[in-house]
Amino acid sequence: MTDQPSQIVRSDNARVFSSSPVGLSGVQRREIKKLLEALLYLSPALIIFTAFVFIPLVRSIWLSTYITDPIGRPVKFVGLLQYQRLFETPVFVNSFKRSLQFVLYTVPITLVLSMILALLGNLRLKRIDVFRMLFSVTIAVSAATASLIFMYLYHPALGMLNYMLSLVGIPAVPWLISEKTALLSVSLTTVWLQLGLNTVILLAGMQGIPEELYESAMIDGANAWHKFRSITVPMLSPTLFFLLIVDTLAAFQTFTQIHVMTSGGPLDSTNVLVFSIYREFYFNGKYGTAAAQSIMLFIIILVLTAIQFGVVEKRVHYE
Amino acid sequence: MTLSHQTRRNIVRGLTYLLLIGIAVLVLFPLWSAFTISMLDDAEVASYPPRLAPSHLHLTNFKRALEQAPLLRYLFNSITQSTIVMVGQLVTASLAAFAFAFIDFKGRNIVFLVFLSTLMIPWEATIIPNYLTIQAIGWTDTFQGLSAPFLATAFGTFLLRQFFLTIPKELHDAAVIDGAGNLRFLVTIVLPLARPALGTLAVYSFLQTYNQYLWPLLITNNQDMRTVQIGIALLQDEERFMFNIVMAGVVLILVPTFTLFIAGNRQLIRGLTAGAVKG
Repeated sequence: MTDQPSQIVRSDNARVFSSSPVGLSGVQRREIKKLLEALLYLSPALIIFTAFVFIPLVRSIWLSTYITDPIGRPVKFVGLLQYQRLFETPVFVNSFKRSLQFVLYTVPITLVLSMILALLGNLRLKRIDVFRMLFSVTIAVSAATASLIFMYLYHPALGMLNYMLSLVGIPAVPWLISEKTALLSVSLTTVWLQLGLNTVILLAGMQGIPEELYESAMIDGANAWHKFRSITVPMLSPTLFFLLIVDTLAAFQTFTQIHVMTSGGPLDSTNVLVFSIYREFYFNGKYGTAAAQSIMLFIIILVLTAIQFGVVEKRVHYE
Repeated sequence: MTLSHQTRRNIVRGLTYLLLIGIAVLVLFPLWSAFTISMLDDAEVASYPPRLAPSHLHLTNFKRALEQAPLLRYLFNSITQSTIVMVGQLVTASLAAFAFAFIDFKGRNIVFLVFLSTLMIPWEATIIPNYLTIQAIGWTDTFQGLSAPFLATAFGTFLLRQFFLTIPKELHDAAVIDGAGNLRFLVTIVLPLARPALGTLAVYSFLQTYNQYLWPLLITNNQDMRTVQIGIALLQDEERFMFNIVMAGVVLILVPTFTLFIAGNRQLIRGLTAGAVKG
């Protein structure tokens, strides 16, 4: 297609050519041709993104400024009223708190546990690859099936967990039935579900740490804990930070476990943000309110991602 | 006290394996429970204390699960949807990644940012308009409706782009000199070389789609178009007290993803992490 010989210095390519005094219009023509060709390759993805991401996002914002009829047609423009109302309605404030709680219940413990799994999986032992695979098995499990399995484990009378607790003399826990323990129970399921992916990503991060660092630490007489603290953790910090953000976003976007296990109850104790959005538009027909909630979620995620970029640049150790 | 160095090392190693096995048992315990329950008869499943292992291979629950709900139809729907999305993502991501890696066009950084921005827009922020759109164009209860919104992927594009960048530029130059078009270069040289990365994306997108819940829940109402994840949750609603039947269904719908996990494990893990860690 293109007949220029100097493709080697690609990123400076354009500049090299435009600074040459001859054939400027030819260069421009080639630039345009390349742009058109690139757009041709990009267009399938761009069309999908436009149709199902960008336009809908704008429509969500637009919809959030209207009160709608029960099938989602905008009826009355109300400006930012719905946003103002969100913070006045206890249901939304509760959902927001529940989502934050859910993040606190799931993210730190997932990171700690998967770190332990990854450290063990990183040992130099025969057949360790089998253990690595077993530790990452929940990658293949869907949220819906995990929820169903845990619903059995949590069953107040017949469930395995209360039975095992009874063996060590701990009284039965009401798990999903009580508003005090329901969110914790959903969190426990979620931690189990997330372990696989977290472990896998940490393991890969660990394999990227140069062996010489450990060798020279050993010569210096460092013990295992010292090596973990002064080599593994700093070298893994980009991976850990990546996981922190990914897990937090996933926690904010949790829906399936709630829908299958608790339907937001008991007493709204598990009515997290996305479940609240779903209920507002799908059951209550309040599309405008739901859209406003979804935009709030968007803003939360935007801020978190911005923090990620900011912190990664500044504080996290990179080679 | 008088243990030799060698013996002590063997003891430490033995204890380490014990620890590894113990932890593996903990991680696998929920799955083992599901399998156990799927093998129990009605009396066993309602008895206390709960069983830790099946007493015999009892396969009738699978038959009953298939009779209670059209699980095979659900499986067909899920696999069809996942295959459409997988193929779609492979095509759109390969094309886009090629443009990013091999074509030097003005505004590449801007388009790159456009792709990146889709990662920051949560699916939930667009789901209401998408739901209304699919309804308006009559795509509820269709495979188009189930698949269309997911046919492009920024994550997959970045994953492939990273890989494409490792392909020597000289190959592209040589192809250009030979007069081969970019599309031919992509199909005959880049894609065969990028098989590992394509494999990763294929496994990943299949798993993601197969495990979807909210979107199929919203846009399928017809029994014949339900996907497995929705179908299994419905089975639980109907058979609230028949844990053995529900778990037989769970085991059944885990088969495709476990097969894929075991077959594509290494590839998935290697590719995913390369993309994730290098960002």
